[in-house]
Amino acid sequence: MAAEKKGLQLLDFWVSPFGQRCRIAMAEKGLAYEYLEQDLGNKSELLLRSNPVHKKIPVLLHDGRPVCESLIILQYLDEAFPSTPALLPAGDPYARAQARFWADYVDKKVYDCGSRLWKLKGEPQAEARKEMVEILKTLEGALGEKPYFGGDTFGFVDVAFVPFTAWFLSYERYGEFSVAEVAPKLAAWAKRCGERESVAKNLHPPEKVYEFIGVLKKKYGVE
Amino acid sequence: MAEEGKGEVKLLGLNVSPFAIRARMALRLKGVSCEYLEQDLFHKGDLLLRSNPVNRKVPVLIHDGKPICESLVIVQYVDEVWAAAGDGEGTAILPADPYGRAIARFWAAYIDDKLFPALMGIMKATTEEARAEKAKETFAAVEQLEKAFAECSDGKSFFGGDSVGYVDLALGCLLPWFGAVREMFGLEIIDAANTPLLAAWAERFGETAAAKEVLPEPDKAVEYAKKLQAHWTAAAAAAAAK
Repeated sequence: MAAEKKGLQLLDFWVSPFGQRCRIAMAEKGLAYEYLEQDLGNKSELLLRSNPVHKKIPVLLHDGRPVCESLIILQYLDEAFPSTPALLPAGDPYARAQARFWADYVDKKVYDCGSRLWKLKGEPQAEARKEMVEILKTLEGALGEKPYFGGDTFGFVDVAFVPFTAWFLSYERYGEFSVAEVAPKLAAWAKRCGERESVAKNLHPPEKVYEFIGVLKKKYGVE
Repeated sequence: MAEEGKGEVKLLGLNVSPFAIRARMALRLKGVSCEYLEQDLFHKGDLLLRSNPVNRKVPVLIHDGKPICESLVIVQYVDEVWAAAGDGEGTAILPADPYGRAIARFWAAYIDDKLFPALMGIMKATTEEARAEKAKETFAAVEQLEKAFAECSDGKSFFGGDSVGYVDLALGCLLPWFGAVREMFGLEIIDAANTPLLAAWAERFGETAAAKEVLPEPDKAVEYAKKLQAHWTAAAAAAAAK
């Protein structure tokens, strides 16, 4: 077997919000890595070898060893590179627990509900719209008056949720609502995050995401 | 002393909830005494609703009046707050090295995302076909975990090595439910023939002091499953009547 590649590599897919979490985290931490775009319709040997259980991206390879699941990757980056800016607040177990709770909430709720918004029609779509508004309001409640979920610091929950801000436009169009209206503080947070270099450089424009969803819809035969 | 100066600890749980079991065992492993408050999930109490307004679920750890929710978040919190405590060697729940921690988190997430829903699917299924489908998924998940055990344990007794660790807690809390599924449907989720490593691990896990104190007998899970089934049937009937 050839010697394992040194350093950090990221197996990813351009529009994936889960992958973007990792890109943003590494940018915030000033960590260099090799970005390897994956073809999800024709999965590479490397991807299948690195994530045999789920065969999904993102996968972080560190000196050839794979770490899977985006939130697990974020925590790994904090722990393996302790001299870089921490995503989870160091030395505050309660704040860390709150951050893990909210990142988990984002994971469980946002992508699935968003998918139902653009996949479904009629009553089920209306249900998804109602749920999405509820989710956004709940997250706004968690943000409160703070500039970031992490307080004054752009942290774990911010990184976990910010990629979905590129999907807000699509949620708004499919759900026929306005994020700025239902969750103004969240909309302001999204704008604030968008001004960070790590975010600006690693998110795709909302129109591109909307276009991508259009492609997905055709692929799944959803008209 | 384990929890001197670490404050008042309460845990809202349900005796058969695998998630509550994880939290209780974590506290027990650290020698932390807590006030345990058994909840009625069919008639949720004020303290539960106030402490977990987002999900309204157990477990909830309340430490000095501050609530922490989600079982794996609680386990990591307990591991961090009572870092140096415990009644034996190796009481760290997650290993120290970042890669080992990532692997442990991966398998705990796998148990929650793949194994638990499939297992509950066996309970919830209303047709034989649906049940068989969920059983198939459950067996597939357990097969993966058998392989994971070989990798993680590295020849030792537990996923965590010499002592009970994160993945042990994540999986061990389901043992009463494996027992329930055996009693109710005749399905052996883990057994010496198909998953010998896990079968042996399950025995060792069951023998630990923490498991003896916290794990309920399978018939308690069966009892609760029947309550749940009645509840689901009633809910389905109500939905159909709309």
